[in-house]
Amino acid sequence: MTTYILRRIIQTLVLLVVLSYLCFNLMTLMPGDPVELMISSNPKITAEDVARLREFYGLDQPTYVRYQRWVSTILEGDLGFSRTYRIPVSEMLGPSLKYTFILSMSSLFLSLLIAIPLGIYCALRPNSKFDYIVNLLSFAGISAPSFWLGIVLIIIFSVKLGWLPAGGYQTTGMVYENIFSEILDKAKYLILPVLSLSIQSIGRFSRFARSAMLEVMRNDYIRTARAKGLTERVVIWRHGFRNALIPLITIVTLSLSSVFSGALITETFFAYPGAGRLIYTSIIGNDFNVAMVAFIISIAMVLVMSLIADLLYGVADPRISYE
Amino acid sequence: MSLSAASFIFAFDSCSYPVQHDLKKRKAQDLITSNPVLKVDQLETTFFLKSGPFKAVNRISYEINQGQTLGIVGESGCGKSVTSFSLMKLIGAPGKITHGSAKLNGVDLIQMSPGEIENVRGGKMAMIFQEPMTALNPVLTIGYQMSEQIIKHLRYNKSDARNRSIEMLELVGIPSAKDRHDSYPHQLSGGMRQRAMIAMALSCNPQFLIADEPTTALDVTIQAQILELFQGLQEKLNMSVQFITHDLGVISEVSDQILVMYGGQMCETGNTQDVINSPRHPYTAALIQSRPKLGQKVSRLKTIEGSVPAPHELPQGCPFATRCTRVKTECWTVKPPMTPITSQPLRAVACFNPL
Repeated sequence: MTTYILRRIIQTLVLLVVLSYLCFNLMTLMPGDPVELMISSNPKITAEDVARLREFYGLDQPTYVRYQRWVSTILEGDLGFSRTYRIPVSEMLGPSLKYTFILSMSSLFLSLLIAIPLGIYCALRPNSKFDYIVNLLSFAGISAPSFWLGIVLIIIFSVKLGWLPAGGYQTTGMVYENIFSEILDKAKYLILPVLSLSIQSIGRFSRFARSAMLEVMRNDYIRTARAKGLTERVVIWRHGFRNALIPLITIVTLSLSSVFSGALITETFFAYPGAGRLIYTSIIGNDFNVAMVAFIISIAMVLVMSLIADLLYGVADPRISYE
Repeated sequence: MSLSAASFIFAFDSCSYPVQHDLKKRKAQDLITSNPVLKVDQLETTFFLKSGPFKAVNRISYEINQGQTLGIVGESGCGKSVTSFSLMKLIGAPGKITHGSAKLNGVDLIQMSPGEIENVRGGKMAMIFQEPMTALNPVLTIGYQMSEQIIKHLRYNKSDARNRSIEMLELVGIPSAKDRHDSYPHQLSGGMRQRAMIAMALSCNPQFLIADEPTTALDVTIQAQILELFQGLQEKLNMSVQFITHDLGVISEVSDQILVMYGGQMCETGNTQDVINSPRHPYTAALIQSRPKLGQKVSRLKTIEGSVPAPHELPQGCPFATRCTRVKTECWTVKPPMTPITSQPLRAVACFNPL
């Protein structure tokens, strides 16, 4: 078990290096570099100045040298400086990661809470009216583009009904008396983005839960469990769901890997200051340092979550062993 | 081929022991006087398919007395498993029990509510399944799967249930039962798993046990061990057993009486030796003839011409009419009733032109 985890961690690190190098290269391939942007507003600058600036920032060096430098500063704990915001990346990334984390986790919990019981209920009554309706709605949810969903939600709940704010993350200029009023206020701003994210994933998760459960409930051991006189509740949850968990782990952990990279469209739409929006603006604005750190976090999350998924398989299914 | 032939040889061997004969005879006499543990009356299970309703079990009736074994024989799809699942009320949609009763100690199982039948299943009435490989839950330990049943029916606490299940595993001859108790099904061999299944089924002292082809998935030597174990335990615990198989060799060894089924209907019943030695229904006779015989080398085994007709192709009268060599005109239109044969106890045959 320990050797397996160790081996996987080494693999993960190697992959992280390879992928980050790839990202670094992609960033340099983008048209325009920081110096070009710096000088674009300054007509007095000369070609020699440009060359000097390039040399000063090390931009004249080949990519692998620049990558090496970047890695060594990262390892020293210095994430660099945001060109557009003029503050250290670490100061900037922190809050946006926090907001994205809150948004994605709320959406994930909400969708799992609804989707799994829904999927199981459908699996126990396959091809019933209820199943067909859920199926239809799920596919509608999966296929609805998130920007469209966002607009519809804003029109209904903000414009027509005026119940919820259309965007942002807290009431501007509000002074909170205590922690509860703060949570309450911020929660109000979360509802619409969470809904628009969840509608899609509820559809996806419920379909997954349904098919996993449907397959499990056909097994002989379910019949054995019933033949032992266990109540239907025990048969479904202890014998059925316990087995359906194995395929569900994959999809849930993979969704977890995006809790920090955020939902770009949704965040942009609701003017929510999350990491998705930050990554987007940093790439568009040639903000190298921010974008790279954000990439690394996204990549690392996918790798770590797939490792966790593999370890969880071992917990959920005794037939899988990592000895 | 050689495998299945060997299984018949072993079965033939054991049923020719004179001791066994005496035992069977004694049991047969007991049965006339005692009350039946299970009394099935006109049981009918219908599957409502898109092509129309299909009676997988068509009004069958039988009784099993205390300590007796009834063997139900027939080809795949003849309704023998559906009969068992009907008794357990484990028939799922689109199937439904549409007629009849099945009384266990005088209480009708068919009329029971889901809660009531749950208390009987696994308790007074237990079942062993065909596939030990798939009938156990892969993610729960053997001990856990046994204990949950014991806790439910015998109302034991956790540690008592653990002791009880270890005791049962020892009873069915599983070596180092304590370790096996905490093993997962995939860590056990097929034979061991079937032993564990038997231990599980017997753990709550059932009065009536359904064994649905318990040895079909096992190889011959293991089959012999399991059957031996099974019979020993049955005698020890004085259970009534409904033993389902398509293997006549197995059935002649374990059962006191035989019920032959075809197309969801009863063909013939009677004491095992009577039916095997002098079959009256053409289907029974054909089944017996299609077995290989010990010491006789034949290049080709005798078969029954044709195959079981599809549900909607079953004739109105006798279901076997399409393949029967002794078919008469009335067989096609009129269902032959079960007619008792007075010369032999408990013997009846559903045929207009019996052998």
